Amino acid sequence: MSTNATVENLVPIFIMGKRYEVPETFTIMKAMEHTGYKFLRGCGCRGGVCGACSAVYRKAGDYHIRSGLACQTVVEPDMYLAQLPFYPALRQVYDYATTEAAAAAVFALYPELFRCVACNACTKICPMEVQVMDYVAALKRGDILQAAEQSFDCIQCGLCASRCMGELPQYHIAQVARRLAGGKLKPRAQHLADMLAAIQTGRFGDALADLRRADKDRLRTLYEQRELEPEMTGEEWRPQATVGL
Amino acid sequence: MPYPQQLKDLMKQVAATRAQRVAQKQSGWHFPFLSLDQRKEMLNHHPDFREEGRREVRVGPSKGYRVAHEIVDLLEARSRVDPDRLDLARVALETDVLIIGGGGAGTSAALLAQEQGASVVVATKLRHGDANTMMAEGGIQAATKGEKDSPYFHYLDVMGGGHFTNEPELVHTLVTQAPSAIAWLEALGCNFTKSPAGRLATIHGGGTSRKRMHYAADITGAEIMRTIRDEARNRGRDITLLEFSPAVELVLDERGHCVGAVLYNLETEEYFLVRAKAVILATGVCGRLHIQGFMTTNHYGATADGVVLGYRAGVPICFLHTVQYHPTGIVFPEQAEGILITEKFRGSGANLCNVDGEQFVNEREPRDVEAAAIIRECSVKGKGVPTPSGKAGIWLDSPMIELLAGEGTVKREFPGKYILLKRFGIDISQEPMLIFPTLHYQNGGLEYTSECTTKVPGLYVAGEVGGGVHGANRLMGNSLLDIIVFGRIAGENAGAYAKQAARPGALTLDHVRRYHQELASAGVGAERIAPMLLPDYTPPDVRGRQLTAQYQGTLR
Repeated sequence: MSTNATVENLVPIFIMGKRYEVPETFTIMKAMEHTGYKFLRGCGCRGGVCGACSAVYRKAGDYHIRSGLACQTVVEPDMYLAQLPFYPALRQVYDYATTEAAAAAVFALYPELFRCVACNACTKICPMEVQVMDYVAALKRGDILQAAEQSFDCIQCGLCASRCMGELPQYHIAQVARRLAGGKLKPRAQHLADMLAAIQTGRFGDALADLRRADKDRLRTLYEQRELEPEMTGEEWRPQATVGL
Repeated sequence: MPYPQQLKDLMKQVAATRAQRVAQKQSGWHFPFLSLDQRKEMLNHHPDFREEGRREVRVGPSKGYRVAHEIVDLLEARSRVDPDRLDLARVALETDVLIIGGGGAGTSAALLAQEQGASVVVATKLRHGDANTMMAEGGIQAATKGEKDSPYFHYLDVMGGGHFTNEPELVHTLVTQAPSAIAWLEALGCNFTKSPAGRLATIHGGGTSRKRMHYAADITGAEIMRTIRDEARNRGRDITLLEFSPAVELVLDERGHCVGAVLYNLETEEYFLVRAKAVILATGVCGRLHIQGFMTTNHYGATADGVVLGYRAGVPICFLHTVQYHPTGIVFPEQAEGILITEKFRGSGANLCNVDGEQFVNEREPRDVEAAAIIRECSVKGKGVPTPSGKAGIWLDSPMIELLAGEGTVKREFPGKYILLKRFGIDISQEPMLIFPTLHYQNGGLEYTSECTTKVPGLYVAGEVGGGVHGANRLMGNSLLDIIVFGRIAGENAGAYAKQAARPGALTLDHVRRYHQELASAGVGAERIAPMLLPDYTPPDVRGRQLTAQYQGTLR
């Protein structure tokens, strides 16, 4: 089903220091399940986006601490690994509606931002290759938009915070930056506001009521006759028929 | 695992036809769409139409309905708790609204219920946000561009995609509330991809007549989830999160109104009671049941718990005989097997090609048609690409996007998938991806109304656990929309009901006793328990050596 039925080459790995042999093509997650581990924590989407399964490991004879998502990282012979499914970094509560989209607001929430010593340990450990130190630097300069952009691929696993000398909760700070950027710094969509107003004034009421009354045959006909927006056109395309608009 | 030489050789067939296919696309030509009659013919190759894959459920409110064996196994199963062993006088927590499920629907519901002045408890099986919402990549549909689109066209597309079987009332609500759902998310700070002037970027998805798919790069669901989760955390004074605490049974009062649930602390293994004036089921789906042995895109906890709970409490099920197989799940490398490749690749122009590098289906058919065409190409026509582990797949020609939209587009527009496959030594801006349909979505579920109410007073339903809005087949971009639209409605209505109309009586589990009696009379299910809670991937040989382990279903 989700595991391979064919016979494979086995390689030794060390889960929290204890030796197991697992198929060489397995991810850390599948390898741990293969040995008999049953996950409660440390397993989420199994697709590399939720941040539940961050793992830290090193290789034999090498002092470097490496990281990866257990669901995405393929085992290597003599890998020494542990999971870090939770990290108790401080998250500040704030009132989004009244928080000003200004650097001062972020500084007030997270003054520890300035404890960053630019060691870059956060960026090195990030399993998503987010330039963590760079977005922290952007925030220190007050550039919320830049920080939002640079932190966009963050999956909030917390590994950055686990390595931070300044004890920053980087991933929580970045979340504030992204929300301020998305809702307060980038311009709102005017066409969206226009559509809301049109719906409120009942502009599509009759056309929709007509569809609701239509029997299956008529719906099929309307469906097959609907005009398809061509794929390769830009925003300038307009349909010929005005029914329903 | 980079592609082995054998696949690199086969890949040359795709490269050989690429220039011509790109030129055709640029000239406006597209591979012909199937007519409605041809679609019907094609769907005979869809797993839903394999009669041997399903059987009648013999108990409960939808007795006689034929659904997948894997789902019937859970419906025909006993409760995890013996109603006689649980002391209903010991209530651990009281709240106005109890929400079961901490994904997109549950979290939207929590925010709206809180805005009604209700106290809220959200119980979730894993962490807050561990849900399929987080994994939704492609986008969220809404008609927001009035010069070319409207809820009218969105309605037609939804109905056509669902083969005109959808519940019209639910569809009407979905499409007319869609723009306000986007506006709500935008106001909460969700970073949809937009122009410097604020115009939202939109593209096509399978079965759309207008480009109305809004997105946030290729992690749309994650961006939505982390935004609303952040807001729920800010309102922690009124919204209590109980993580690793799945519900295992609903609790009714003597009139049959829903007044709470039995939760299970996965870590301490304690069962405990939450009493509420209203309960919202927002538990999502069933992918981890691996229906018909298919791989799945779903998260670890997708085991159809909510369907089991609601069904036992008396809510009928509908459209559960249809399951959505996403046309494009990774089939190689095997470590990434089942992982979703967003439809946005096809929306951006990437063709599907068989082993000879030929197109065999338009890449923007509705999902069930697309999946059926891929399965047919591999199994009936024998034109699949053989993988090293003996499976078959089809090429998804992502390098085309670079030629259509410029170098660097794949990395910029699909950063998540680009990085993921780069880790395996595959550069998807230069090499096509190998895909096969993967179990993705539960089209059906519990019956509910456009107000999110159910047959059981006090019990509300929101999101993928419910059925009807998508009919027999959901279109891309309507699931994120569904959870936000109906999550908000459920929260608002349950919050208002809890504050005003609810008159909860004494707690009982009599419905569970009755269900157990029904199982006994039908002579089924004595050996099974449900909900499943988590799948079990322990290898059989390891399990065989766990001599003193007590398994309760899949949990030990």
